[in-house]
Amino acid sequence: MYGYLFRRLLGTIPVMLVVAVFIFLMLRLTPSDPAAIIAGDNATTEQVAQIRGQLGLNRPMIEQFFIWSGNVLSGDFGESFFFKKTVAALIGERIEPTLSLALFTILIAVLVAVPLGVLAAHRHGSWIDRIVMGFSVLGFSVPVFVVGYLLIYLFAIWLNWLPVQGYQRIAEGVGGWMQRLILPSLTLSVIYIALIARMTRTSVLEVLSEDYIRTARAKGQNERVVLFRHALRNAAVPIVTVIGLGVALLIGGVVVTESVFTIPGLGRLTVDAVLARDYPTIQAVILLFSFVYVMINLAVDMLYTLLDPRIRY
Amino acid sequence: MADVILDTPIAAAPVKPSAAFRNLARNPGIMFGGAVIAIVVLMGLLAPWLGTIDPTAISPIARNKIPGAEFFQRTDTGERIKMIALFGTDGLGRDIYSRVVYGARVSLLVGVSVALISVACGLLIGVLAGFFRIFDAIIMRIMDGLMAIPAILLAIAMVSLFRSSVLTVIIAITVPQIPGVVRLVRSIVLSVREEPYVEAAVTLGTSTPKLLWRHVLPNTFAPIIVQGTFICASAILIEAILSFLGIGVPPEVPTWGNIMAEGRQVFSLFPHNIIYPGVFLAMTILAVNVLGDGLRDTLDPKMAKRV
Repeated sequence: MYGYLFRRLLGTIPVMLVVAVFIFLMLRLTPSDPAAIIAGDNATTEQVAQIRGQLGLNRPMIEQFFIWSGNVLSGDFGESFFFKKTVAALIGERIEPTLSLALFTILIAVLVAVPLGVLAAHRHGSWIDRIVMGFSVLGFSVPVFVVGYLLIYLFAIWLNWLPVQGYQRIAEGVGGWMQRLILPSLTLSVIYIALIARMTRTSVLEVLSEDYIRTARAKGQNERVVLFRHALRNAAVPIVTVIGLGVALLIGGVVVTESVFTIPGLGRLTVDAVLARDYPTIQAVILLFSFVYVMINLAVDMLYTLLDPRIRY
Repeated sequence: MADVILDTPIAAAPVKPSAAFRNLARNPGIMFGGAVIAIVVLMGLLAPWLGTIDPTAISPIARNKIPGAEFFQRTDTGERIKMIALFGTDGLGRDIYSRVVYGARVSLLVGVSVALISVACGLLIGVLAGFFRIFDAIIMRIMDGLMAIPAILLAIAMVSLFRSSVLTVIIAITVPQIPGVVRLVRSIVLSVREEPYVEAAVTLGTSTPKLLWRHVLPNTFAPIIVQGTFICASAILIEAILSFLGIGVPPEVPTWGNIMAEGRQVFSLFPHNIIYPGVFLAMTILAVNVLGDGLRDTLDPKMAKRV
């Protein structure tokens, strides 16, 4: 188990290296000159050249890459052109809202999607099944921001139950924090629910045709126990896998949701950085999100042994 | 001798086109999805004749009209004509109906181009990786790396590199889609390589290009068409997201994402700016997804079982 974990951790190094090289090259090969952006519109050629020297932009590309990746590994992502502070500090400020939003969303999605998927599989072919499947296709098709505005219109403007937009830090009160997270997490969870519910249904449906399910029913076992203890537990591996893979969707959704609800998180930071052509920030955020995505999927692989003792590494 | 006999019997199993079409027509998903897409395509093509006005025309007196509102517009000749804003107007007085109808063009263009380009690139790279083992390790490491970056994030980073235009958006959306196609094609190529008919063809000295063309490529068609359809749906979605965030297609171009981006500020008073393009966008993506599901069930039953 630990040997496998170690090997898998080693395996993430080439993946992250490719990500790093790609992001580095992508932003270095862009036609616009970062030094000119920092220097501003009124800068002389000498000033731009001086900034180029300071940033090390006149050194060979390979050397620049090693300097940059060395800095990144020690937690130094450079200084933001636009926000005029270190990118690390910037990310530190923005991480709480994004993390809260993501955790709330995963919680809602799993609590709603798994029972729905099990129910759809249990009543295979019925109207409940059709509604769940229909919702799942719809969930993939309606853009996150359209869902967000519909929910805002319904719950915040029309019914006036919840605040329209904004974010409140957890330190300023748990009540306000939760109140402001409900609509964004509901919005973001739609696509995730669609994904997980569909996978749960397929996976449980497959398990329900197994002999041990028939045996459990034959011995008069309560149907709920059959579904949740016998079927769901054996169907768990693909469900957990799709939850891990779905994090990519979630990260994309965070960017959009934070813009809709004006939440000052990492997603909003990404969009602001792109609008300002703030390359150090763009690099850092993408690297961070990719790293989190890779690590979550590694953790999911590790979970398999807990979910299914037959799997041994 | 061998040459004479082997050309025909080794070819991939022929499919009767008529039977295949009948199966397609029997699937409700394909019929519904196809019909909705056909309507949207017609809408985009016939946009100038559908009672639209110039979708970029700004009209200060007709700002923020609610759907169905009547207002007066001066034509080029100075004549005052009465207009009805079917879907209302936006903050600059542009007609939302016209913008939505014209917006279909950009969405379809982006969806279809991204699907075609990413499938073409993915096929090429996937066949290279699957058939020529020397490329395999390096190509797949690069693809693993690309797949580790969430698609929307990669697209966002790529649009920041160039001046905003429809082409930039297409490229930015295409690149993150390629690794998925490469993986699919590579796995098919790897399994086809082991088939007895391919081994037989290799033994008999069939040239590599011919082998790829006659035996490998036809096996990739069904899964590739299915995958391409799903790529088209997500490309339309990502284009709308990018435009909505203000980093996609330039704001003067009428696209569904742009209309919604402009409607954001006045959403609480004039929700129509977001609702109408949102409904068209969701319906189109839904139709493409449903079409993809239908195609998967009919063309690729093995894959249908897996998902």
